[in-house]
Amino acid sequence: MRSIRDWLWIVAFVVLVVFSVPWFLWGTSTVVAGLPVWLWWHIGWMCVAAVVFALFTRTGWDRLMGVDTEAAPRPDRGERR
Amino acid sequence: MSLQPLGIVVAYLVLALGVGLVAYRVGGSDAEDFYLASRTLGTLVLLFTTFATLLSAFTFFGGPNLAYAAGPEWILVMGVMDGVLFAILWYVIGYRQWLIGRAREYVTLGEMLGDRFASPGLRGLVAGVSLLWLFPYVMLQQMGAGEALRGLTGGAVPYWGGAALITLFMIVYVMLAGLRGVAWTDTLQGLFMLSVLWIAVVWILGSLGGLGAATRGMVAANPDFAALGGGLYTPQFIVSSAVTIAFGVTMFPQINQRFFVAKSATVLKRSFALWPVLVLLLFVPAFMLGAWAAGLPIEVPEGANVLSVLLSEYTPGWFAALVVAGAMAAMMSSSDSMLLSGSAYFTRDLYRPFVRPEASDRREAWVARIGVAVFALLAFVASLSRPGTLIEVGDTAFSGFALLAPPVIVALYWEATTRDGMLVGVAVPQLLYLAHVLVPATPVEVGGTTVSLLARSYGGWDVALAFMLLAAALTVGVSLVSSPAIDEDATRFAVGSD
Repeated sequence: MRSIRDWLWIVAFVVLVVFSVPWFLWGTSTVVAGLPVWLWWHIGWMCVAAVVFALFTRTGWDRLMGVDTEAAPRPDRGERR
Repeated sequence: MSLQPLGIVVAYLVLALGVGLVAYRVGGSDAEDFYLASRTLGTLVLLFTTFATLLSAFTFFGGPNLAYAAGPEWILVMGVMDGVLFAILWYVIGYRQWLIGRAREYVTLGEMLGDRFASPGLRGLVAGVSLLWLFPYVMLQQMGAGEALRGLTGGAVPYWGGAALITLFMIVYVMLAGLRGVAWTDTLQGLFMLSVLWIAVVWILGSLGGLGAATRGMVAANPDFAALGGGLYTPQFIVSSAVTIAFGVTMFPQINQRFFVAKSATVLKRSFALWPVLVLLLFVPAFMLGAWAAGLPIEVPEGANVLSVLLSEYTPGWFAALVVAGAMAAMMSSSDSMLLSGSAYFTRDLYRPFVRPEASDRREAWVARIGVAVFALLAFVASLSRPGTLIEVGDTAFSGFALLAPPVIVALYWEATTRDGMLVGVAVPQLLYLAHVLVPATPVEVGGTTVSLLARSYGGWDVALAFMLLAAALTVGVSLVSSPAIDEDATRFAVGSD
């Protein structure tokens, strides 16, 4: 069973994908500080995505995949031949 | 300056060969080392080798040309596609494959699926389908390289000569260096590309009088460039491109194999979080340069690259040559990765299971190297005559690969997937899509309205989207009605303690 936190991550990813294109600015040609306003949205959104992804790697990464980090057969680091 | 850029390109080739030699001396001689650098790549190298492989040539040439002609909105497509969607797939497909591949030492996608479903047929099918789309795509790269070298030298190097030079170099380099060398040069190249791009932006904006002035010029020449959407950019186009390319990329052999090579989960996590940042740093400057060029008094001849013209107009000759040489090198970095993976698919999934099951590991590593040469030479020969059919197939390669993604995702996550489900889910959408690519669209009268059969898109939507859904539905549906073969082993894809 997935917990509410897992579902929130999934919702967060869906929101990230859907609003990567600022649909609500469709047709807008306002230029702010030398760039179209939708380009500023893109710049901000990619930064938000990077932050959300970074948070996800710390908290949800293994749980969502169903991997039990405690019982991991191998240490995370270390070379293998 | 007709031969100066050639000098820079050749200097780059020599440098890359040096890197390859070092990689050869560091590496082992078995197949796993040759294909996967013994699964030891760190964050920087993994991130840049995937990135450089993915979009190098397009970033420099295709992207700015598109922005110049149709406006800079392609930046947003790149944002959804590579910044967000591909990053999520990196986790959903990539991390899962890494976990499974690490535990069971898989080298290719076909090998992984073939083992899970106890089906050499499925293994061969996946490899065959992949090579079908990969081969023409490699050919397109060689054609691009031949054209670019001819353009760069003002015709001093003929088309076939340029393509031959690149082919020869790639064969020697890949045979020598394996994935480790390819990944190392990709990293150098990625950092190099990123730096020259930003230097170019600063340089050009400096001579245009700043950001505001450049954008004002662009808007004055093309008022709808600042507006989101319009012209080529419809919502259907944006969604279709982003979805098919993002899913297609994950199934491109050279990208998919990179899912197996991370040193640790930490490397995968860091790459995942850095992805949107890299997209931002690379594509905003590259595509805005193309878009700004639309407002400048420059002539871009038919078939020429806007970035080259822009640079030779506004920056010193040596710098322009450096950027173009970097782009050429980038083109090669995609091709050499594709050659390496193509040869891996061929030797591991077709040669070993079907031709010589008893081949030793050392022998396989040699067959792999010969495979690289054969693959590259065949693609070169094909690129000389430029067959229309192959060009069509190469142009639709992303969508073709995208059709593989749904069955693979289903198999990775759903234990009840069966061999029959996979075979049907992979084969049927491929056949249908190939028919749409190769057979010309035919209008048919249905109840008073004309409908195009076998068209590439319907109402602006890429037909491949429908086939992706069909692929998922067929995989699940056929799995539900068929029972697993006795020797299938779903536990091979289990990743947790459950």
